[in-house]
Amino acid sequence: MAATSRLASAGAVATAELAGHLPATRRRDMSGAIAHAILVASVVVLAFPLYYAFVISTQTLDEVTSLPPKLVPSTHMLQNYADAWVRAKMGRLLLNSAIVALAVAFGKIAISVLSAFAIVYFNFRGKQVVFWMIFITLMLPVPVRIVSTYQVVSVLGWVDTYWGLTVPLLASATGTFLFRQYYQTIPDSLAEAAQLDGAGPLRFLWSFLLPLSKANIAALFVILFVYGWNDYLWPLIVTNSPEMRTAVIGIDSLIPRTSQLPEWNVAMAAAMMVLLPPVVVIVAMQRWFVKGLIETEK
Amino acid sequence: MKRTVFRNRWLPYALVAPQLAVTLAFFFWPAFDSLRLSLYRASPFGDRLIFIGLGNFQRLLSDPAYFRSVATSFVFSALVTFVGLAVALFLASLANAKIRGLAIYRTLLLWPYGIAPAVAGVIWMFVFHPSFGVLPYLLSFVTAYQFNWFLKSWVALALIVVAAIWKQFGYNLAFYLAGLQAIPGSVLEAASVDGAGPVRRFFAITFPLLSPVTFFLFTLNMTFSFFDTFGLVHAVTQGGPGDATSILVFRAWKDGFEGLQLGYSAAQSVILMLLVVALTAAQFRFAEKKVTY
Repeated sequence: MAATSRLASAGAVATAELAGHLPATRRRDMSGAIAHAILVASVVVLAFPLYYAFVISTQTLDEVTSLPPKLVPSTHMLQNYADAWVRAKMGRLLLNSAIVALAVAFGKIAISVLSAFAIVYFNFRGKQVVFWMIFITLMLPVPVRIVSTYQVVSVLGWVDTYWGLTVPLLASATGTFLFRQYYQTIPDSLAEAAQLDGAGPLRFLWSFLLPLSKANIAALFVILFVYGWNDYLWPLIVTNSPEMRTAVIGIDSLIPRTSQLPEWNVAMAAAMMVLLPPVVVIVAMQRWFVKGLIETEK
Repeated sequence: MKRTVFRNRWLPYALVAPQLAVTLAFFFWPAFDSLRLSLYRASPFGDRLIFIGLGNFQRLLSDPAYFRSVATSFVFSALVTFVGLAVALFLASLANAKIRGLAIYRTLLLWPYGIAPAVAGVIWMFVFHPSFGVLPYLLSFVTAYQFNWFLKSWVALALIVVAAIWKQFGYNLAFYLAGLQAIPGSVLEAASVDGAGPVRRFFAITFPLLSPVTFFLFTLNMTFSFFDTFGLVHAVTQGGPGDATSILVFRAWKDGFEGLQLGYSAAQSVILMLLVVALTAAQFRFAEKKVTY
C-alpha cells in the first residue's frame, strides 16, 4: 500500500514539476521521493530472483512443483543443502574455487605490481617492446584462443591441475594497466626523496609504493576474485576429473534435466552456496570495488 | 611520461620476467598456434594433422549455421547491452536527486554483479520453468501462449538475455547514478532558466556529460555478453533449442572440444580475434570523436 501511494504521489509530482508550479524546496523534496521510489523498486526487482531461489531451496519436492508457486520459506532447508553438499561433493568444489580465485587474484596482483613498477620507474633496452607485448593482451580475452591454450597446457602436463586452472588466467594486462596508471600519478619527488634516504628500488616499492596502492590492490582483488570464482569456460576445458572441477561447473550436475526428478530445491541450494562467496566479497569490499573501477576507466 | 628515477642493469628485466613469461606462454604461443592450427584438419583417427590451407575458413564462410551464430551473438549482445544500459540510464535520470543513503542503495544494487552467469542462469531457468516457474504461471492468466524455452527459440534467447541483464543491471545503474551525481546542478538549473525542458536538458546536457560512463559501461557489457556468457549458455540452454542460442564462443568450444575438430575451432578463434580487434578499433575511433572527457 505504502509503495503504491508513494508511486502515485511521485507521478503527481512529476506532472507538477513538468508544469513548473512548485516552489523550489518542495520540488527538491519531491524529486527526492521519486528517486527513493525508483531506487527501492529497482532494489526489490533485483532481489526478487534471489529471494525466489532461496525460498525454493527451503521447500520439499512437493512444494517446489505445486501451483500456484509458493513464495514463502519452508522447512526443508537443511535437508536440501545437505543433499546438494553430498551429491555434488560441494566441499571439494568450493575448496577448488577458493584456491583458484585466491591464486588468480594474488598471482595477478603480484606480477602486475612488479611489471608496472619496472615499466614506470626504470629505463631499459626493449622497454617499448615489453610494454606492447603486455598491453596487447588487453585486446584478446582467453575465450578467443581456447583450443591452442589448452594444447599449451597439455604440453606442460598441467591438465587437471591447479597450475593449469590458474596460471593461464594470469596472461592479461588489466592489473598492470591499473598500477601503471596509478604510479604515474605519484610525484617523482617521492622516489627521489626515498633515494636520498638511501632506499634502493625494492625498498621503495615495498615501503612506499605498496602502502600507497592499498586501495588499488583491494579493488583489483575484488574484481579478480570474482572473475576467478565465476569463470566457467576455462575450468570446463582444463579439468576432466570430478575432484578438480570448480563450483560453478559442479552445479551443472544438479540441474534437473527433462527426464529427471525436478529437484530444483537441491539445485537452488547448490546455487545459493556457489553464489555466496563472491557476493560477500563484493558487499564487504564494495567501497574499493567502485573506486578501483572508476580509476581503471581513466 | 614520468622521468625514470632508478638505475639498475638487470633488475627491471627480473621485474617484468614473470608477466612476460606468462604472456608468452599463454598469450602469444596460443594466439600464433591458433593461426597455424586453423590451416589444418585432424586425420580421421585424430592422430595427425593434415594441411588444408584456407579450407577451414572456406567451410566456415559457406556454413549457414556459422552465420546463424554470428547473428545470434550480435543480437544477444546488442539486447543485453542496449536494453541494459537504456533502462539503467532512464531510471538513473529519473532518480537524479540529492539522495540520502546512496551508499546503502549502491550496496543493494551491486551484489548481483558477483553472481556467476551460469548461476544467474540456473536461477532464471526456474523462474522461466514451463511447468513450475512463477513467470509462465503469471503469464498464463494473460495469455494461453506456451512460454516454453525448451521448444521456442525466442523464449530461450529471452531467458539468457534476462539472466545476463539481471546480473549487470544494478552495476550499470550504480555507475550512472554516480556519474549523474558528478554533474553540477548549476549547469542543469541554468539550462532550466533558459527555458530548456527536461527532455531537452537530458539530450543537450546530461547525456553528453555522461558519455565517458556510457562508453565504459558499453565496452564492459559488450565484452561481458560476448565472452563471459559462455557459462550461461552451457548451463542453461546448451546452445538450443536447435542452435538458437549458440553464441560464437559456445560454437567454437563445441566444435573444438565436443566435435574434436581442432582446426575448425581454431579457424573460428581466428575470426573471433579479428572481430574483437575490429570492434576495439571501432570503439576507440568512436571514443575519440564522441566521448568528451
